[in-house]
Amino acid sequence: MFKILKREEMAEGTVILNEIEAPLIARKAKPGQFVILRANETGERVPLTMADADTEKGTITIIYMVVGKATAVFRDLQVGQGYLDVIGPLGKPTHLENVGTVVCVGGGTGIAVLHPITRALKQKGNHVIGILGARTKELLILEDQMKTASNVLHICTDDGSYGVKGFVTDVLKKVLDSEKVQQVVAIGPVPMMKFVSKMTKEYEVPTLVSLNPIMVDGTGMCGGCRVSVGGQTKFACVDGPEFDGHQVDYDELMLRLQAYCDEEKECYEDYCVLRDAE
Amino acid sequence: MAMPEQEPDVRKRNFLEVPTGYTMAMAQEEAARCLQCRKPGCVAGCPVSVDIPGFIGLISEGDMTGAIRNLWSKNALPAVCGRVCPQETQCEAKCIVGKKGDPVAIGNLERFCADYEREHGTGELPPVQPATGKKVAVIGAGPSGLTVAGDLITKGHDVTIFEAFHKAGGVLVYGIPEFRLPKAIVAQEVNFLERLGVKVQCNAVVGRTITLDELFEQGFDAIYVGVGAGLPRFMNIPGENLVGVLSANEYLTRANLMKAYEFPKVDTPIPRAKNVTVLGAGNVAMDAARTAMRLGADKVRIVYRRSRDEMPARIDEIHHAEEEGIEFFLLTNPTRYLGNEKGRLTGMTCLKMELGEPDDSGRRRPVPIEGSEFDLECDLCIVAVGSGANPLLTSDTPDMVLNKWGYVHADPRTGKTTKKGVWAGGDIVTGAATVILAMGAGRQAADSIHDYLTLGW
Repeated sequence: MFKILKREEMAEGTVILNEIEAPLIARKAKPGQFVILRANETGERVPLTMADADTEKGTITIIYMVVGKATAVFRDLQVGQGYLDVIGPLGKPTHLENVGTVVCVGGGTGIAVLHPITRALKQKGNHVIGILGARTKELLILEDQMKTASNVLHICTDDGSYGVKGFVTDVLKKVLDSEKVQQVVAIGPVPMMKFVSKMTKEYEVPTLVSLNPIMVDGTGMCGGCRVSVGGQTKFACVDGPEFDGHQVDYDELMLRLQAYCDEEKECYEDYCVLRDAE
Repeated sequence: MAMPEQEPDVRKRNFLEVPTGYTMAMAQEEAARCLQCRKPGCVAGCPVSVDIPGFIGLISEGDMTGAIRNLWSKNALPAVCGRVCPQETQCEAKCIVGKKGDPVAIGNLERFCADYEREHGTGELPPVQPATGKKVAVIGAGPSGLTVAGDLITKGHDVTIFEAFHKAGGVLVYGIPEFRLPKAIVAQEVNFLERLGVKVQCNAVVGRTITLDELFEQGFDAIYVGVGAGLPRFMNIPGENLVGVLSANEYLTRANLMKAYEFPKVDTPIPRAKNVTVLGAGNVAMDAARTAMRLGADKVRIVYRRSRDEMPARIDEIHHAEEEGIEFFLLTNPTRYLGNEKGRLTGMTCLKMELGEPDDSGRRRPVPIEGSEFDLECDLCIVAVGSGANPLLTSDTPDMVLNKWGYVHADPRTGKTTKKGVWAGGDIVTGAATVILAMGAGRQAADSIHDYLTLGW
């Protein structure tokens, strides 16, 4: 078992942080890589990009949003309990170098994945401008950590409950209009990455996105995580999870993410009914 | 003697094993047909040289403990081989009795022995040699890796298997369906190795979690790489990324390893389609088609570009599929997938083919018939047209030479790779083949590793 050493509800009942004992993975993990987790014997294999890894403590950190049965089961796991399986690190690490000015755009739990990349880009000597977006104030995570990891940090919420009212693209446009930016990293919901990439393409700024399609094994064996990048089929698990944002077919990705939405709904509803009955 | 089977109309809607097994009386009657040849052709036909007349003789005598011990001395996985080996082209093809009538049903008898041991056996283990103090790492818990582990543990070496999945068995647990090879049986065979002292470490992706060089640093003296082929091939035709087009690897892994046929009792879903097309005609295609039928499809069709004679699947499997109502669209090749506005598969356009001149493989090349396009309706397409080499481990091991297809270059007699102390075998060397060929490669490598560990070469 992979024991949970720390558990935090970053947004009550919906956004959860777990620090998990996994020394072999922690030793190898690099920003941008993911793990696959399974809670119990009947559980689904869930890919999640790591939010952090601590080689000395031998732990990895994940932050996830509860969206269905599998993540609802994760939510039930308390400190001292753990995951039956954790596999990783998987995928290619982020390519990190000093390019000058980098804008790191994060939305929702994508911020969790963006944080270690942002930190590493700053360590490489880049001037890092962070832009964080959330639906509402309660769902905004890692604000302090991102403040430390970047030189400048902008925050916006869809409903205006915190920071600027509006989308990350509104803030990004202002930044791109006022500064010479060499690179953008955008990690968040697919529509966010799509519109960020659309904008940066117009400004001709190279953009990196991190994708999280449906997958089973995470080692290149099932091909479930196929994404079209520049007209070619890639496997997110071994060729990614990061790709050139200007080349990704986001519409196809969104449709593929819906592949099991009916089944997931059925499964989750059954689980909620059972749970309420207890 | 044929083994009793579930009726096609019943079994095509359940996941229970198709052949139900011999009784002791049936096994002994069949065993009595063996001529106990002085120079048995059957043994020469077996990639791991099982002492076939030997174990069959022991069944005749009613010595079931002796029979299973005899099998184990050559084969760590008899319950598996009795079920999935292509005996008709190996041992049984060489059986003298088969020259006039049916050969001795060697596979059925092997299965009976292993099942008898599981259900009534003494659990007594075969003898193990004194410890040598040498450590061997086996990468991949599939058929070849399990064979290497079984051979080397009995020779006194300390063996640890590293498996990327959360469960040991490789293709035996993710690929071959429950109705052909119950997973409890695979678990039992793995447990047998564990009782002999083999350590199994799951969730270890060698190449990512740990590298071969790190294993040497940890004190392993030799490494066997048996990671399988495992990179699914697709058709590379338009529409392949529509929802409803899956590789056979994905479809079967969901069904077998993740037990998705029990959804929503388990959390992993699998597409439940009414109208299923399977591309390809190998054993994997048959497994996928028969699984789709069991998951409630109204129609399941195999689409294959060559003719019946070229189908690579075992005759038994094709026969079973036909009995269960799978339709065969032969000399047919898909050219594009069709989808709706939700990005879901609705059908495919196919071309009719005819056979032309022989190609490199010696098989007559299928040539499209002009103007023969037609549309086939389907809401699920399973692509079972083979697999390529998975680069996960090899790309992380630059000093191991690969061939132009990305498979590991290994000595065909010993399995030695170009990297010192590393052997390889099974699909990662040969490309996709059978369970028993992978086991044969494992046997050869185990012998060579044993020589290396004891003699130094």
